[in-house]
Amino acid sequence: MKFKIVAFLMACTIVFTGCGSNAADKNEPAAVTTNDGKEAAATDDTWEPIVNSYRQFTIEQADTFIIETEKFVTAVKAGDVEKAKQLYAPTRMYYERIEPIADALGDLDPNIDARENDVEEKDWRGFHRIEQALWEKNSTAGMDDYADRLLEDVKLLRALMETVEVEPGLLVTGAVELLNEVSSSKVVGEEERYSHTDLYDFVANVEGASKIHELLKDKLNEKDAALNEQIAKGFADLEQALSAYKTGDGYVSYLELKEEDTKKLSRLIDALAEPLSQMGIILEA
Amino acid sequence: MTRPIDSGPDQGEDKETGMLKKSISRRDLLRLAGVGGAGLLFGGAGVGGLFSTKERTAAKNSASEAKTADKNNIISFYGSHQAGIVTPPQDFIVFAAFDLTTASLDEVRMLFKAWTAASASMTSGEMIGSSNNNVNMPPSDTGEAAGLTPSRTTITFGVGPSFFDSRFGLAGKRPEALTELPPFGGDELRSEWSGGDIGVQVNADDLQIAFHAIRNLARIARGKAVLRWTQEGFQRTSGSDPTGSTPRNLMGFKDGTGNPDVHNETEMKKVVWANASDGAGWMDRGSYMVVRRIRIRVEVWDRSTLGDQEATFGRHRDSGAPIGAAHEFDKLDLESKDDKGKPVIPMRSHVRLAHGDGSVKILRRSFSYSSGMDHKTGQLDAGLLFICFNRDSRKQFIPMQQRMGQSDLLNEYIVHTGSAVFACFPGVKEGGYIGETLF
Ligand code: HEM
Repeated sequence: MKFKIVAFLMACTIVFTGCGSNAADKNEPAAVTTNDGKEAAATDDTWEPIVNSYRQFTIEQADTFIIETEKFVTAVKAGDVEKAKQLYAPTRMYYERIEPIADALGDLDPNIDARENDVEEKDWRGFHRIEQALWEKNSTAGMDDYADRLLEDVKLLRALMETVEVEPGLLVTGAVELLNEVSSSKVVGEEERYSHTDLYDFVANVEGASKIHELLKDKLNEKDAALNEQIAKGFADLEQALSAYKTGDGYVSYLELKEEDTKKLSRLIDALAEPLSQMGIILEA
Repeated sequence: MTRPIDSGPDQGEDKETGMLKKSISRRDLLRLAGVGGAGLLFGGAGVGGLFSTKERTAAKNSASEAKTADKNNIISFYGSHQAGIVTPPQDFIVFAAFDLTTASLDEVRMLFKAWTAASASMTSGEMIGSSNNNVNMPPSDTGEAAGLTPSRTTITFGVGPSFFDSRFGLAGKRPEALTELPPFGGDELRSEWSGGDIGVQVNADDLQIAFHAIRNLARIARGKAVLRWTQEGFQRTSGSDPTGSTPRNLMGFKDGTGNPDVHNETEMKKVVWANASDGAGWMDRGSYMVVRRIRIRVEVWDRSTLGDQEATFGRHRDSGAPIGAAHEFDKLDLESKDDKGKPVIPMRSHVRLAHGDGSVKILRRSFSYSSGMDHKTGQLDAGLLFICFNRDSRKQFIPMQQRMGQSDLLNEYIVHTGSAVFACFPGVKEGGYIGETLF
């Protein structure tokens, strides 16, 4: 029944030690060992494999995210605008799939993903700062530092993920949050103001939510098969609608969407997110 | 989405608080917050959310007491006819048209069952669903009407002509009286305010309560139906006019004077209620609803003289009396002439055209609306959300509007921007569901 995400910063030393994915033995956070062991649904052993699979998924995504960000950053620093533009949206997808985890890590999300005016100008860095230079100015001038810091932040994210204790509640709320992300910024084209690659983020958020549902569906099926079916149908409808916007390896520009397209997608998100938000019943004893 | 209503887990309050106590104490929480400082995050419920459960429960209990103290403000959702038709108009309306996204009649049936249960709760001032105190779940009721009196809330459902297309195999059941309206003179209809598979009229003496109802019905519908358009409306509140005199519309005239008497059952049977013998058995005791969103060009109206304004309607502004008469309910004498032989009530005046020979009537139940402004012109977007109920629009509303669309003096000051028609189901008994005679 836990709905808490406990993410606490451990001593900075571990931060750059990289990827000891042997998280299990470090995973003994004093913070959640309360006097009443029964309280945590996570102590129910049927949750353990689920939570571990999700950890593994997020770690894989984060590992690839580093590799892809490195390529992107290299292109930026080499002044290769075309290459950087090509790599920009696909790289971000690794991040968008695991956003609930990144969100749990406090400052990191804005450092990586803030849009202009989300933070003070002097603090604005990350993908969107570089996005602006690439698309607005068609240049990488002045971006070297931002590129370096982006890669550092992405590595920091990966390191800090070791300290996030994934609890069942995180999965349940995380899936809904991913869709909320879509409905508040991606579906209205406000995430990628310069590149208009919003559909990449859209798809990645949905994939992230779908992954969570996939991990939870057996449990959900036991509790409420009809709800599970409704959610599965919601994902299928949405994925089918999204496939219409595929082009080559990627997705069409947001500018190509008409008002009806946006409305249709937005409604499909709402139709899916509402039953998804009822998934909390699996946390009940 | 039917979950909040039909199968939310049963969260008794005692069980809930018990679970809370067991699961996490305030001390534990503070201890958690202390560790790592920055790192403690709650998904779903913040710290405040966790600790206010008791307070919320208390609020709920006192709400139900308030309700028993004031049960006169409940208009039963159940009955032979749907409420909200011959019910004396409440202070507010929130109207919503929905389109179905599901292609399964089974799901439509489920939706109406869920809507029936939710509507019965809301009209009696109860919370929807059973999961309103469970910190692990989104509450089944969105909460903004908690603790408020029922406020004469009514919720009235109907289906539009598009409901009878090929999707649900019900084409054969479309009543002939449920036709799309023909184009009328003066129409400038916009798709964003027109049509709909389903029409829902919510009325209440409190706008927040009316909004709450539409919001929750839309939420319950997710995955099955989507909002197509909505319009809020109002009239002077009963509080500002305790005498209950005829309300004025935004043109400053009393509106509703010439309506048939809703207490006269014979008249209502003739004017409002459909009968099985009319053709569609499932519509017996139902009624046909016409909704027109009519914008008033208030800026133009405001610079016309009182004389012109009164000639437009054929009534005096102050008293509401027919021109030449003294009292609001004086007889509308269409024959009387002035000393030059001209009709006292102008030939193209609104009441004369609407009245016709007096043999055909409709029951109007309109509300004023104000939807901010038209940013193209800088003018107000305000007008009348015209609603009427009749037994057969082909014989009542349509010919009337055809006459007026062509020559009504009022047309200079109004423009019809939205339009929809619905067959409003008969009422249901407790245990039944809205639409059962059709599905
Ligand atoms: C913005 C639009 C409209 C305004 C401001 C308006 C206003 C009025 C007013 C002030 C009256 C006189 C008082 C009364 O009897 O209620 C009236 C009467 C009436 N109106 Fe309208 N009206 C509008 C549109 C319509 C429409 C679209 C219809 C139907 C097609 C309609 C049908 C009638 C009828 C049947 C009467 C009563 C006539 C009688 O005395 O027999 N009105 N209206």
